[in-house]
Amino acid sequence: MHGSGLSISAHLPALQIAVPLLSAVICVLIRKARAAWLLATTVAWAAFAGACVLLNRVILHGTISYEQGGWSPPWGIELRIDLFNALVLIIVTGICAVVISASLTSLSMEVPEKRHNLFYAAFLLCMTGLAGMTITGDVFNIFVFLEISSLSSYALISQGATRRALTSSIQYLVMGTIGGTLLLLGIGMLYMVTGTLNIVDMADQLAMVGPNRTVLVALACVTVGTSIKLAVFPLHIWLPNAYTYAPAIVTAFLAATATKVAFYVLARFIFSIFGVELAFEQMHLDRVLMPLAIVAMFAGSIVAIYQTDIKRMLAYSSVAQIGYMLLGLSMATVPGLTGGIVHLFNHALMKSGLFLVMACVLFRVGSTHIDAMRGLGKRMPLTMAAFVIAGLSMIGVPLTVGFVSKWYLVSAAMEAGQWPVAVLILLSSLLAVVYIWRVVEVAYFQEAPEDAPAVKKAPIGLLVPVWTLVFAIIFFGIFTSLSAGVAGDAARMLLGAG
Amino acid sequence: MVVRHVILRSLSKMLIPLIMLFALYVQFHGDYGPGGGFQAGVIFGAGIILYSLIFGLPKAKMVFRPRVLQYLMAFGVFLYGSVGLAAILKGGNFLDYSHLAHDPVHGQHLGILLVELGVGITVASVMATIFFLFTERRRREDV
Repeated sequence: MHGSGLSISAHLPALQIAVPLLSAVICVLIRKARAAWLLATTVAWAAFAGACVLLNRVILHGTISYEQGGWSPPWGIELRIDLFNALVLIIVTGICAVVISASLTSLSMEVPEKRHNLFYAAFLLCMTGLAGMTITGDVFNIFVFLEISSLSSYALISQGATRRALTSSIQYLVMGTIGGTLLLLGIGMLYMVTGTLNIVDMADQLAMVGPNRTVLVALACVTVGTSIKLAVFPLHIWLPNAYTYAPAIVTAFLAATATKVAFYVLARFIFSIFGVELAFEQMHLDRVLMPLAIVAMFAGSIVAIYQTDIKRMLAYSSVAQIGYMLLGLSMATVPGLTGGIVHLFNHALMKSGLFLVMACVLFRVGSTHIDAMRGLGKRMPLTMAAFVIAGLSMIGVPLTVGFVSKWYLVSAAMEAGQWPVAVLILLSSLLAVVYIWRVVEVAYFQEAPEDAPAVKKAPIGLLVPVWTLVFAIIFFGIFTSLSAGVAGDAARMLLGAG
Repeated sequence: MVVRHVILRSLSKMLIPLIMLFALYVQFHGDYGPGGGFQAGVIFGAGIILYSLIFGLPKAKMVFRPRVLQYLMAFGVFLYGSVGLAAILKGGNFLDYSHLAHDPVHGQHLGILLVELGVGITVASVMATIFFLFTERRRREDV
């Protein structure tokens, strides 16, 4: 036995997956709501700490490779952590930790207490799947972890208080299964051509084989499959319902992690496996993705303006924000991809902050309808202040993270000589002003109805997580070296530009 | 939904122990021949399902309590993961069975045996639970 601290920390990549998985199982076994919450929260924060250590190690010493079961790649399954997925892992574990801390208070409203331990088990399983997809270096593993996270997220969504949660969960299940199947088909074809499942090895083999029809079909399958999970514009129809009817906590978690990891998988496949030359110079993926991204930015925001349920409004705004990420990816330049990755990081912070504010409102007022917001600015000042700050970030006001990502995207578009795209980014931001302002106006400039029941301030168990995210929004809006710096290095690495 | 047919009842009484025995054979012979935890779990689960088809759900639930099945489902995964963690504590990588015993070959044997046992337990109890849940719902709607 040499179980010293040093040797345990060498196993951090495996522990990122194994510990949440086993804790999920323990949550099933212990059957106590509070104990399960305590365990899940501890594990999530520990995973976040582990992810920070891993990112630090990647920055200092370069890419980490961990051989599962002692079998060396490309034969064995490898966990491979570079700058890109270390950043995504921080977002997944960090958001999970913050959201699960808030769930003790918020969940009691929406899910019966005897099911809480199973809820936390599904939550941890979902985190296991997302973390696994992020750090694995094996394409088949990506599919397996995708299914783990998807199946548990269907279960989580179906826990919503209304019966519509069940139908939206089924809708997501059908769409998600089609997406997963297409991804698997693509992986199968790649395996047929290359005879390997390891990402690094697969890229080498593909470069030797060159493009043939099987590879092109694989590219199509993988792109469409991940686009469904990412909710790219015409494939987004599962998203508004799933986000609206899921428990508020689940929405705050999934909105900030599930689509982000799908974005990671898409970028990983396109840049690390297929390569820019095949995907963009021969197949012109940008001619498909860029128009879809721009349509999503406008359609998502315009539909969001007309929603009366604020949770649904934020869901449509997510469709628009995914458009920005995809826009950055479709430019296939270092500044563009930096903008996409940094927006992945930043949007996760603001959207889960906004959905947690909705959890506060739902907890005290009992509804997220826009009429229920009247006068809330005075009655729940801290909560609504958090909404305003996260909302300003959504618009892209300086000193918030939203500004950072829009800055990168606009300057990337101008650098590539695509002036119309830069103008469209700014125009679509104006639409965000409209839908955020609607809520602010109702909350601050309209009086609460006379017969409205007294509303207490949001409970501390929810306010602390909300304000943690709000501080992160401001912090990373001012100090961009961690988010944008790492994203820039990751983009350079993906594009092979040093 | 108890089946009255004498032939079915007596035949399945004979067959169910054999099915379960065969499941255990597939489970523990999986290292050397075709088979393994998943297949064994499905066969064992099929034995449980056959029992409940012939002798009725209430009797089946007395033998295989849903609550116990839920524990078993979780326990199988737990066993699998613990083997992986044990390998780390013994100085190897996650799931590196060679470090489980002094002799790497013994370690590999022990590791795969325990891991497959975990798979078998989980699969068998999941199969039975899925069947119980579906039949239960059907019965409730009939009433």
